[in-house]
Amino acid sequence: MSTLHLVNKSPFERNSLDACLRLAAKGSAVLLFEDGVIGAMQNTKHSDAINTAMSDHKFYVLGPDIKARGLNDDNVIDGINVIDYDGFVDLTTEHKTVQSWL
Amino acid sequence: MKFGIVINEGPYTHQASDSALQFTKSALAKGHEIFRVFFYHDGVNNGTSLGVPPQDDRNLPNQWSELAEKHNLDLVVCVAAAQRRGMLDEDEMKRHGKEANNLVKGFRISGLGQLIEAGIQADRLVTFGD
Repeated sequence: MSTLHLVNKSPFERNSLDACLRLAAKGSAVLLFEDGVIGAMQNTKHSDAINTAMSDHKFYVLGPDIKARGLNDDNVIDGINVIDYDGFVDLTTEHKTVQSWL
Repeated sequence: MKFGIVINEGPYTHQASDSALQFTKSALAKGHEIFRVFFYHDGVNNGTSLGVPPQDDRNLPNQWSELAEKHNLDLVVCVAAAQRRGMLDEDEMKRHGKEANNLVKGFRISGLGQLIEAGIQADRLVTFGD
């Protein structure tokens, strides 16, 4: 029952993913949605940051927002779970608090 | 579980209102309770009745209004944010001597206390914004 962090901007646009990964407590979860899904893609200059952080945090990405951007679930970094809105709701219930990085 | 939803961004700006709407629908379908949806900052523009989006586009204020009617949701627009942006209900219109009002059915205007109360009463407060 830790914190769920919500990141909704691309790491190429804002530094919210970077700030979240730098400051989030160990054991918390991170959901990438809206433009944040771009941060979940393999082989970008931001992929390593998530790969490194994966030992401390669980990562999720919202599938409908990947699809809406013409991106492919197959290109999501290994270890990030692709979920839908029902999964989003479940994540908020499974964690004690929800922090939006706006 | 009881949810409070906060929306800080107007419709058609980025995606906050769309994401919040989908999240709210999913939560309701799963049997959760939505204690309140609070519209703050530019989010108050989600309550306008004067928007005329193209026919093949979604009408976000109406979608919120219809969802509210179906599930008896409490959609609250922040009064200070609304006044600055020209969002008025009939009472506010009369109080400020204006000639029109534009709040969609199902929304109501109230204060920040309603956001605080949602934070206290709800098990989870989820914020959507820019």
